[in-house]
Amino acid sequence: MPEPILDVKDLRVHFPTEDGVVKAVDGVSFTIMPGETLGVVGESGSGKSVTFLTVMGLINRRSAIVEGQVLFQGEDLLTAPKEDLQAIRGKKIGMIFQDPMTSLHPFYKVGDQIAEAIRTHEKISKKDAAERAVEMLRRVGIPRPEERARQYPHEFSGGMRQRAMIAMALSLSPDLLIADEPTTALDVTVQAQILDLVDRLQSEFNTAVAMITHDLGVVAEHCDQIQVMYGGRVVETGTADDIYYQPRMPYTWGLLRSMPRLNTEEERLHQIRGTPPSLIHLPRGCPFNPRCPYVFDRCHVDVPELLPVDGHHAAACHLTLEERERIAEQEVLERA
Amino acid sequence: MLRYVIRRLIWVVLVLVVIVAVTYSIFFLLPAGDPAVRFAGKAPTPERIEQVRVAFGLDKPVYQQFYTFTKNLFLGDQYGWPGLGQSFVLRQPLKPVILERTLVTMQLAIGAAIVWLLVGIPIGILSALRPHSLFDRGAMFFALVGISMPVFFIGPLALYLFSYQWEILPGSGYYPLAEEGFGPWFGHFILPWCVLALLYAAFYARLSRANLLDTMSEDYMRTARAKGLPERRVIVHHALRASLVPIVTVFGLDLAGLLAGAVITETVFNIPGIGQYAVRSVFSSDLYAILDVTIVAAIVVALANLVVDIVYAFLDPRVRYT
Repeated sequence: MPEPILDVKDLRVHFPTEDGVVKAVDGVSFTIMPGETLGVVGESGSGKSVTFLTVMGLINRRSAIVEGQVLFQGEDLLTAPKEDLQAIRGKKIGMIFQDPMTSLHPFYKVGDQIAEAIRTHEKISKKDAAERAVEMLRRVGIPRPEERARQYPHEFSGGMRQRAMIAMALSLSPDLLIADEPTTALDVTVQAQILDLVDRLQSEFNTAVAMITHDLGVVAEHCDQIQVMYGGRVVETGTADDIYYQPRMPYTWGLLRSMPRLNTEEERLHQIRGTPPSLIHLPRGCPFNPRCPYVFDRCHVDVPELLPVDGHHAAACHLTLEERERIAEQEVLERA
Repeated sequence: MLRYVIRRLIWVVLVLVVIVAVTYSIFFLLPAGDPAVRFAGKAPTPERIEQVRVAFGLDKPVYQQFYTFTKNLFLGDQYGWPGLGQSFVLRQPLKPVILERTLVTMQLAIGAAIVWLLVGIPIGILSALRPHSLFDRGAMFFALVGISMPVFFIGPLALYLFSYQWEILPGSGYYPLAEEGFGPWFGHFILPWCVLALLYAAFYARLSRANLLDTMSEDYMRTARAKGLPERRVIVHHALRASLVPIVTVFGLDLAGLLAGAVITETVFNIPGIGQYAVRSVFSSDLYAILDVTIVAAIVVALANLVVDIVYAFLDPRVRYT
């Protein structure tokens, strides 16, 4: 059995504020195997971004209480010294962000920004680093890379900037690429290009990918494993097939049903009623209970555990497996 | 870029003409009495007043006086270029007076600017790096006090304490570097520099703190950290550059404002600068002196704006002028 590249155990990230403690991440565990793609799905405020910002060490530890373990290739990143973290960031874990318009420094040339990442981790000359940067721009499909490397971010379109970000993140062939909603800010046509690019590069570089998104459609095609997050917790996890064809958690059902389909008569998209929970005052019991159409007494009392459905497929729900199987078959997959 | 600069310089010339016109109008509309009467001496005869009027060119219509002055300004007069006219009070050419006093004010303003940049910006940066720390709270308290202290209060207080009470520094006055040497020159300038700089240092500390805090929360700062850059480089290379650019704008205008005369500081410390001269000229209705000071101020402000815009284009690649 191969070792997971990333093994997160019972991660908790709490932010004390004047209004109370924001439990952004509340007991999250998962693993990513080498070369695998994990899709992390959830609404805004479900804790998916905070989880991975914590993995990267990009959460300000002065303002957050972080507990648990983040084992990356065996080393706990939460207790690792600053120097180790800096050596891992960029070199072994690359990250791309949601908004390519603001994620590149406006004052420096794109090529220089990529070369800076390379020179931070490798002892090579400026000239070689610049050449590597151009090569990376070429590999992510930017036309006339020599010329583009000498341009500033504002001379790039959104899609091109995200390509440049990907070039920067992959310039040191990291073992893990964290993509935090990489396509949310882009045009639909560009979204598909970027996702295909990530797919292609993933096999070229043999990188594991954590794809954070709120769009189940994105993770379906591009991910091996999918993990659904709600209220700072993982509520369902499994293979893409598990989540799509045997979903076992009402929130996942809601997500599936709210995806736009072409083969349906319904004109309005399904919506999950209610709003995401306050992370300061999570509802008692199951955090999804105020919005769940199948809620019953126990949901208001106990927090459901993430229990195996079969194999690696697990879900957190108090309904019996038979009931959930029935609802999924009859109400969700039928209509979805 | 060059075309842009040339176009801006042409604008400066136009602005100058307008400013001279406005200053002329104000002067002649002002109920300050007939300048010819004022400068004709005690109990003048009508002939004497007429004589003075002719000597000063006040007998000609206003528009003709304006035309002559403007023409001389750009083409030079009998005292050389630029034609700044002669003083009613001194009955001497104004050019050397204006030049000398501008130089004095420049020493005051530039010295103060160096002090406030060296004090204000580092304080702001250190505050922003540790927001809400003891240092930050202390620094921002100092800034609040600094901003609230007028020069006419803190100036005499500083003079009293440092030169009268403790006798650490010499008193007020201006001691030219060339004639008196470095010691007296520096000794007499250090207090005015610091007093004038206090207000600005406080303001710049707050400004650079706010800008740096803003920049630190930018997405590209997260990218810089995600690249694995050492924190030092993240701050110096990525944050500071972006956060200090807006300060260039403010600095250009602040310095220009002071070069046009730091009236109160010059008065408190008895420094013969251009601001002090401007006030004196207004009180004595010395038309051409007022005009000259106004023109110097206008030129300095207009050029400072131009320099700021050019520097901005070099610092921020998104800004391009055509």
